[in-house]
Amino acid sequence: MIISVASGKGGTGKTTIAVNLALSLSDVQLLDCDVEEPNCHIFIKPVFKSRNAVFIPVPVVNQNKCDGCGRCQEVCVYNAVVVVNKKVLLFPELCHGCGSCTYFCPHKAIEEEKKEIGVIEIGKNGETQFVHGKLNIGMMMSPPVIRAVKKHINRKKTVIIDAPPGTSCPVITAIKDTDFVILVTEPTPFGLNDLSLAVEVVRKLGISFGVIINRSDLGNKKTDEYCAAENIPVLMRIPFSKKIAEIYSRGDSIVKVLPEYREKFQELYKKIEQNKNQPGIK
Amino acid sequence: MKQIVIISGKGGTGKTVIAGAFAALAKDKVMADCDVDAADLHLLLDPEIKQSHIFSSGVTAFTHKELCEGCGACRIVCRFDAIREDFTIDPISCEGCGFCSLVCPQNAIEMKINTSGKWFVSDTRFGPLVHARLGIAEENSGKLVSLVRQKAKEIAEEKNYRWVIIDGSPGIGCPVIASISGVDCAVVVVEPTLSGLHDAERVVDVTRHFNIPVKVIINKYDLNCDMTEKIECWSKDKNIQVLGKIIFDEAVVKSVVEGKTIIEYSNNQVAKTLRTIWRLIEEELERTN
Repeated sequence: MIISVASGKGGTGKTTIAVNLALSLSDVQLLDCDVEEPNCHIFIKPVFKSRNAVFIPVPVVNQNKCDGCGRCQEVCVYNAVVVVNKKVLLFPELCHGCGSCTYFCPHKAIEEEKKEIGVIEIGKNGETQFVHGKLNIGMMMSPPVIRAVKKHINRKKTVIIDAPPGTSCPVITAIKDTDFVILVTEPTPFGLNDLSLAVEVVRKLGISFGVIINRSDLGNKKTDEYCAAENIPVLMRIPFSKKIAEIYSRGDSIVKVLPEYREKFQELYKKIEQNKNQPGIK
Repeated sequence: MKQIVIISGKGGTGKTVIAGAFAALAKDKVMADCDVDAADLHLLLDPEIKQSHIFSSGVTAFTHKELCEGCGACRIVCRFDAIREDFTIDPISCEGCGFCSLVCPQNAIEMKINTSGKWFVSDTRFGPLVHARLGIAEENSGKLVSLVRQKAKEIAEEKNYRWVIIDGSPGIGCPVIASISGVDCAVVVVEPTLSGLHDAERVVDVTRHFNIPVKVIINKYDLNCDMTEKIECWSKDKNIQVLGKIIFDEAVVKSVVEGKTIIEYSNNQVAKTLRTIWRLIEEELERTN
């Protein structure tokens, strides 16, 4: 089973849930797909065995072959290729790497070269297999790096994916084709607003999901009411605790310091198994 | 006119609470919520929407099955795995490049314009707010951020206001880069955790990459004073001014629940620190005038 952990709002506890669930189960592979700001490694402390760069193809123009006809500009919808005074100007940061300029150039003047946009690191700590991706500083597009992390999915294991916050392309790339999504929220108006957006995303993708309410005693009852009205299972509640906040702040995992939580995360896994065949329940 | 953006790298460190406080403290400003994925500032500012606009951006392929002969040229060229085995389109994977449509010998693939979201100009008790809502599972949040910023800037120029205050999004990718480009100051909100520092380091690197002046606020600093000290040392090393350290107080959550900024809700230590921070920002930015 592939379980992804997402949230809408940032800082609700995705990484905490992903890491502690991974450490409470056996035969697990943990993938950190929050490639803009990956944090799981801080808690897992893996020994990395390999490191590979992630590239996207970007066009390069052979000016000797180019006659400035402008066909490349016509086919590029991203404005990454502009022809001025019969000379081609490239804006690689806007390029999605679709390849159509290369294909349609009548003079075969455009080739592709690889541009590094991030790295993938693979390692493990004890039984836990670990993969994460890191977007290079100044790069805009995280989905290709997320896809590169997900290429390492090992279906023989229980796979846990830590997703980025938000509701747009990076999250969707991370949770797409997973079997279950855990949405982590906090019971505040911000948490609820962003949860309801995340629920729409997961429903649109047709994936089974449930909610974890973190810092469940700080805020109001509206999140519980929302979940009840929408028939969304609340899988777990974690009350606010300065102890947990402090454990987190120094990069420790809850289940190592407070072993009684291991059972709670194992129960969480059982609840996920019970709920995994109810796509987009309403 | 000066533009300030509040970012953090890591989510949930308190960007919107701080943006809300600045809305209450700054005079003559336009607010811009540039966390278009998961906008929350409106929950504090209670906007009355004056203008609502459709945001159309990009295109998505659509296969007219009655024209398709199943040659498969589209599947060969598509690099986004967006063409299914029956040659219909997976709109979530489609990046709208149009390659498939151009190679289709039957002209069976149409590129349809996306309605990717909405953007609004509103009145609030603290002045104008420009905000947006990206459609569910849509792309191009960077473009929508740029649009919100452009509109906020126009309003500020028109009214001869002093500030555009931008609530940014977490991360370091496209919406964040769009929200920081050309601002006078990026304020990075850090929490005293290893993750918070790790993420702040990356987002500060992004601001430096684009030559954006940067300052730091440490939020909930007393949750781990050792980490706070580390963050202070790091800031000093990097030559970044720490504007202030905000204490952890459950009153902040209560103010959010009541839909108020912390400045309106209480005159506690959090509010006092934020007043001092805002005064510092005013002084610092006016000095650079």
